[in-house]
Amino acid sequence: MLLDFEQPIAALEGKLQDMKQLATDSQVDVSEAVKALEEKIKNLKKETYANLTRWQRVQLSRHPERPYTLDYIHGITDKFIELHGDRTVGDDNAMVGGFGEVDGRSIMFIGQQKGRNTKQRQMRNFGMANPEGYRKALRLMKMAEKFNKPIVTLIDTPGAFPGLEAEERGQGEAIARNLKEMFMLKVPVICIIIGEGASGGALGIAIGDRVMMLENTWYSVISPESCSSILWRSWNYKEQAAEALKLTARDMLQQQLIDGIIKEPLGGAHTEPEKMMHSLKKKIIKLLDELESVDARERIMQRIDKFSNMGVVLES
Amino acid sequence: MPWFKRVEKGIHTPTEEKKETPDGLWYKCPDCKTVTSMVEHRKNLSTCVKCNYHDRIGSREYFAILFDDNQFTELDADLVSGDPLNFTDTKPYPQRIAATQKATGLKDAVRSAYGTMNGQPITISCMDFSFIGGSMGSVVGEKIARAIDHARETRTPFLMISKSGGARMMEAGFSLMQMAKTAARLALLAEDKLPYISLLTDPTTGGVTASYAMLGDFNIAEPGALIGFAGPRVIKETIGKDLPKGFQSAEFVLEHGFLDFIVDRKELKQQLSDLLAMLRPESDGKDNLKSKNGKAAKVS
Repeated sequence: MLLDFEQPIAALEGKLQDMKQLATDSQVDVSEAVKALEEKIKNLKKETYANLTRWQRVQLSRHPERPYTLDYIHGITDKFIELHGDRTVGDDNAMVGGFGEVDGRSIMFIGQQKGRNTKQRQMRNFGMANPEGYRKALRLMKMAEKFNKPIVTLIDTPGAFPGLEAEERGQGEAIARNLKEMFMLKVPVICIIIGEGASGGALGIAIGDRVMMLENTWYSVISPESCSSILWRSWNYKEQAAEALKLTARDMLQQQLIDGIIKEPLGGAHTEPEKMMHSLKKKIIKLLDELESVDARERIMQRIDKFSNMGVVLES
Repeated sequence: MPWFKRVEKGIHTPTEEKKETPDGLWYKCPDCKTVTSMVEHRKNLSTCVKCNYHDRIGSREYFAILFDDNQFTELDADLVSGDPLNFTDTKPYPQRIAATQKATGLKDAVRSAYGTMNGQPITISCMDFSFIGGSMGSVVGEKIARAIDHARETRTPFLMISKSGGARMMEAGFSLMQMAKTAARLALLAEDKLPYISLLTDPTTGGVTASYAMLGDFNIAEPGALIGFAGPRVIKETIGKDLPKGFQSAEFVLEHGFLDFIVDRKELKQQLSDLLAMLRPESDGKDNLKSKNGKAAKVS
């Protein structure tokens, strides 16, 4: 699948492919032309991805070929044991978690999981967790704390599921409790937005010592589509809504609502997933080294202070 | 033979001379349609005399109900919203704020104060739905956080009265993080072992439900209040079916185990006082239980 702004690049890449094919078939030397075309593609890519609008970043964050939580976990860890269930109601397939080993270090990984085809998407409920998902996440976090293992959460959700049963089982309470409990976790917590970070559904596993965003992701209080429908009373203002919400990684860093941005390969995480995994892994290890050198109580107080400073108010 | 005789013919009152009842003298209950005088309605704390429907009220009324003799000291009354994102939808955010301030006489969607309730000191934050749907932006989060800090400093119980449609979209990421900020301060309040009572009133939804409103040691609600995470319209669109009657009402939320009890507004002050009195540390006012040698007697 190609997004609008990916098409001109894909067209050139197709041309390059043809040219190379022609060269092998007809034994004509086209190396100069190939080189020129390759240069042209590189420049076009650079220009395109440097100038994406906010809405285009949102589109990229939802690219169907983008790596999802389990892809990252399997890509980063040497071993991974998935753990299931909230011990109360059931197991939520939209929220996954378990212990993984990274260069000899045990880490608790938790994140929302999306599906790749229709069947999987249904099974994963499009990455929209129910209360039992948030409760499973909390159970696993408490377990990590018990065994003194750090926590890494990977966030990729269009929101917490707005369903009837979700309300009956206390969606609001489940998220609220996670926020409060996560502040008091004695182990280091790193949260990384890897795709979509929509509202309370994202925040429910995103209270950490370091909150990072991949370059082509978004994080805000509402999706641009829902914002458009509420404020403009129409679904047609999603581009304006995305601009107004200032929801990209760069925006969020500028607003000091996140701690850093992790660069993606040119063209997005899906174009070179291996490279993405590698840089993500390196970053996680670096952050854990930093955080583990701080005393647990001090780390908790820094976590609380960081979030307490967020917001803009004026004393009139 | 008629009792009265019409002397003049064609008596009419022109429209402009017709006498009308001034607005605000009468109250018609939206639920049972009973009409009462506004004086009576207010005396009944804005609940319907016939069906007990709890009409929406704001911080001014709640403070008057709860604080003894309506005496209280307001906290952070001058905090106002900035416009960090230069947000414009159908109108610029600062204009929207200014217009709402003018219309409501409020600075933002929450007010905090401390005083005594039946003689017991208490810190209260109360939301105002009339201010952009009680939406939570930086000011709401900051004022609640500071009120919690005030409760911690003075070692008083904290009462939060929620009434909100959720986060304020015009502050985007900033409003989302107010959920985190308030939860952080509440975690510290809990560590200090101070009581936190969360009163959910009509309506309490969205990011407010998913943060401080659901984090009380005691979560209590007014009868019939709409309480939920997602709004009813969104849920209806998601599941493509009509919602059952009473869905997301306080009674429904109680039945599903997320509230401690539902309280009638007319009994609110007494009920809260009774509850807090039971939580007082053993040392206060329990001298009569001490045995002669000064050691606390066992209470069984």
